[in-house]
Amino acid sequence: MAEATGFEAVVGMEVHAELLTESKMFCGCGTQFGASPNTLCCPVCTGLPGSLPVPNRKAVELVVRTALALNCEVNRACLFHRKNYFYPDLPKAYQISQYDVPIGVNGHLDVRVNGEMRRIRIRRVHLEEDTGKLLHVERDTSFVDYNRSGVPLMEIVTEPDIHSADEAREYLIALRRILLYIEVSDGRMEQGSLRCEPNISVRPRGTDELNSKTELKNLSSFRVVYLGIQYETARQALALEKQRGISLGASATVPGQPPLKVDVRDTALTQETRRCDEPNLKTVSMRTKEYAHDYRYFPEPDLVPVTFEEAWIEGVRAGLPELPAARLHRYTEEIGLSEYDAGVLVEERALADYFDTAARAYGGDAKKIANWMQSDWLRLFNAGGRDWTGVRVTPDALAELVHLQDEGKITGKLAKSVFETAWETGKTPAAIVQEQGIEVVGDEAQLLPVIDGVLAENERVVADIRAGKVGKLNFLVGQVMRVTKGSAAPDVVQRLMRDRLGLT
Amino acid sequence: MAELWELSAAALRAAIGRGEVSCHEVAQAHLDRCAALDPRVRAFVTLTPGTALAQADHWDAARARGEALPPLAGIPIALKDNFCTRGIRTTCSSKILGDWQPPYDATATRLVREAGCVLLGKTNLDEFAMGSSTENSGLFTTRNPWDLDRVPGGSSGGSAAAVAACMSPLATGSDTGGSIRQPAALCGVVGMKPTYGRVSRYGLVAFASSLDQIGPFARSVEDAALLLQALAVPDPLDSTSLPVEAPDYRAALTGDVRGLRIGVPREYFAEGVHETVRTAVRRALDLFCDLGATVEETSTPHAEYGLACYYIIAPAEASSNLARYDGVRYGIRADNARDVIGMFEETRDLGFGDEVKHRIMLGTYALSAGYYDAYYDKALRVRTLVKQDFERCWERYDVLVAPTSPEVAFRIGEKAGDPLAMKLSDICTIPVNMAGNCAISLPCGFQDGLPIGLQIIGKSLDEATVLRAAHAYEQAANWQPRVPSLSP
Repeated sequence: MAEATGFEAVVGMEVHAELLTESKMFCGCGTQFGASPNTLCCPVCTGLPGSLPVPNRKAVELVVRTALALNCEVNRACLFHRKNYFYPDLPKAYQISQYDVPIGVNGHLDVRVNGEMRRIRIRRVHLEEDTGKLLHVERDTSFVDYNRSGVPLMEIVTEPDIHSADEAREYLIALRRILLYIEVSDGRMEQGSLRCEPNISVRPRGTDELNSKTELKNLSSFRVVYLGIQYETARQALALEKQRGISLGASATVPGQPPLKVDVRDTALTQETRRCDEPNLKTVSMRTKEYAHDYRYFPEPDLVPVTFEEAWIEGVRAGLPELPAARLHRYTEEIGLSEYDAGVLVEERALADYFDTAARAYGGDAKKIANWMQSDWLRLFNAGGRDWTGVRVTPDALAELVHLQDEGKITGKLAKSVFETAWETGKTPAAIVQEQGIEVVGDEAQLLPVIDGVLAENERVVADIRAGKVGKLNFLVGQVMRVTKGSAAPDVVQRLMRDRLGLT
Repeated sequence: MAELWELSAAALRAAIGRGEVSCHEVAQAHLDRCAALDPRVRAFVTLTPGTALAQADHWDAARARGEALPPLAGIPIALKDNFCTRGIRTTCSSKILGDWQPPYDATATRLVREAGCVLLGKTNLDEFAMGSSTENSGLFTTRNPWDLDRVPGGSSGGSAAAVAACMSPLATGSDTGGSIRQPAALCGVVGMKPTYGRVSRYGLVAFASSLDQIGPFARSVEDAALLLQALAVPDPLDSTSLPVEAPDYRAALTGDVRGLRIGVPREYFAEGVHETVRTAVRRALDLFCDLGATVEETSTPHAEYGLACYYIIAPAEASSNLARYDGVRYGIRADNARDVIGMFEETRDLGFGDEVKHRIMLGTYALSAGYYDAYYDKALRVRTLVKQDFERCWERYDVLVAPTSPEVAFRIGEKAGDPLAMKLSDICTIPVNMAGNCAISLPCGFQDGLPIGLQIIGKSLDEATVLRAAHAYEQAANWQPRVPSLSP
């Protein structure tokens, strides 16, 4: 038996994302999720005889946007092909898709995996239409809902550059974040608007073999994608060992949370499509690829090619927001935030936008804004379920609060309570301070009469102090604070009191 | 006075405009003619007398109120039964659609209605427009009004026969490889295939999307021009519809062809084109010379490959276009199938006729992995060569003249056992579809009492010149009789 060399996964990821357009890809029907079955359809998206497609320009633009955000080359023309196959959810029995000229090719996405940067190459980004949905109501009876039929769907395919479940997860998180940043998809896996299909094979580490791959389908979350890849990697490694009589150090048990246990009877190496059996934490075969369709692609004769002007593409590029990687770099290099803190802020575009707006309004050291956001702001935001409608402190208000603190108008302790009040009520920090009369008073002309009054009322204490019991000074300062309801600046009171009593 | 059914659309419209006749009377006269003759001719799949009279009454009421009437108000029309008509059965002469009633109108259906046309009914065709005789209709075969034992041509044979028999002054057809021009020739009427993209295909049940084009049938060039005017409207619902406004076609009918440069491609007079047909076309060319046009022989060397390419491209597109008839949403459905794939297979086996199955198989094969480059891709390349042949001609000629059909109407059943002979019927018309140009067919004589068709081919979007040439010839030649006797 050969020496154990270890093994690695070879994963290519296909991601389908429904685009955030008002209307469908080739007709004017709406795209909302959750409408009553077959209420969002027309002759075009139900494939009635005689109907013809008219492309949605907005969808084309969103795919160009994505291609640019993923560093792709953008082809100058948008050509559609027909992909022919029979299925009840496909009303024309062909899907209008793209074939040899996708909108974007040869891109990449850099992701950090366990502290190390990895470049995942993007093979293609293309545009197609979604299918309807089958509803299996009882044995032998199915219904079809065509509401989803014709919704614009983008496919993003990587090269087989992913080599572990960790890398797959980081890639998907980074990709989803970009799709949300550039506002092309809502990224909702649970509603099926984002779907991930990894193609997985395994090889002895250090080789460049490409062995039979399995495609995982119907994965409901990134967690399931992660578990599925872990399971498949272990299962295929065992299969490879069995097939070749070698040892790769594979184990039927994959430690983790939860630990996985490979079904050792299911270790044949064949090209097939599998799904995740979530309750049992394993993957199971759906169908083998030997029955793969011949899709008979040919150019869609009902559509004329759309060509892109260079200037138009550049316009789309100029309209892209600052992407997460660039922001992270700016936060760490220019503002000096830690990698972790910067990472928390760029996680969601709205959060980073909020931070940038507040920092701009503040004008000073943006780290102070970041500190506020990392602590009380995010605590309350997370407590509210990260719901933006609950965020009533505007970026300007946050900047104002830090200013009040800088100017010594409120103490750190007060600032915290002012922030909480602002979060509750939506009032500005200045208004809260004024309303509650808690502004720090450091003005001598205001404080001296109060101090003189306290001295007059406490002749015995004054006498003790003059006799050398200087420690009793704090009592008098405390009295001033009581009379001013805490708004007096303690250091100013201390100094004026000492002057009055002739202490040095 | 002539019978109402004898009059042209232009004459009827003028009479209606002058108040000499009501739209109701015009509709009724044509419905009566249909009732009398169609049992023998069998042009119609569906007659719609209720719709016709209601629409006619609508325009009569509008006139009574003093409203301005649209250009074809009260003029009867027949639509080929592959035009979607809302709430009216649309069969494509296929069993697979059953009694399907579209929930929407084709753009062409809407346009002719808005132009004032009164719908008499839907006409027979070869199933899904695949054929040249209507013998491939899944319902019945239409008869040629000039000889009821002969075919009317196809696939728009029902529309051609309805117009020839004066059951309707106007009809629409669709032309993928000659399906308007060839039946027009065989039935002795005028039929035009406009430029690809001139008339919206939205709602025309697709056969071969890159070739299908809607056009008019009439008994005069002027009537064809009037109907084309109504149809030639850019349509945002069809991406291949050209965003070009149509000129005034009737204004193009000047009768003057002096200086018109006519090219005569020799390939269209080759072996296989009947001697009588060649002679008739040559006589027509002599007449054009007399009218002051110049006539010169030319060549379109790739025309001979047109038929072969057509029988790859059209079936390939059809195999995809016809895949949707799976029994899930409309039309017939096979009962008791094992599973969903079984349901697809049995439904399609029951619903499609042999010719349609034949072409679906041909097209599926041509698009299959490993064969695409050898067949479909190569056919597209040759198609470009066919197109370039025409482009070269337009440098020297305004129109090309050729026969429409290599022969006059053949007997029903005569070519049933010889599919290649049947397909050769379209040899003179197919290159025009491949190139996307426009062309018209109009009568240019008779052989043993059967009409011969003259084809005039024009540049892209230059229907006006083609109509002008056709009209000048028609006026000068004045072929008689224009109406078959239809004696038993």
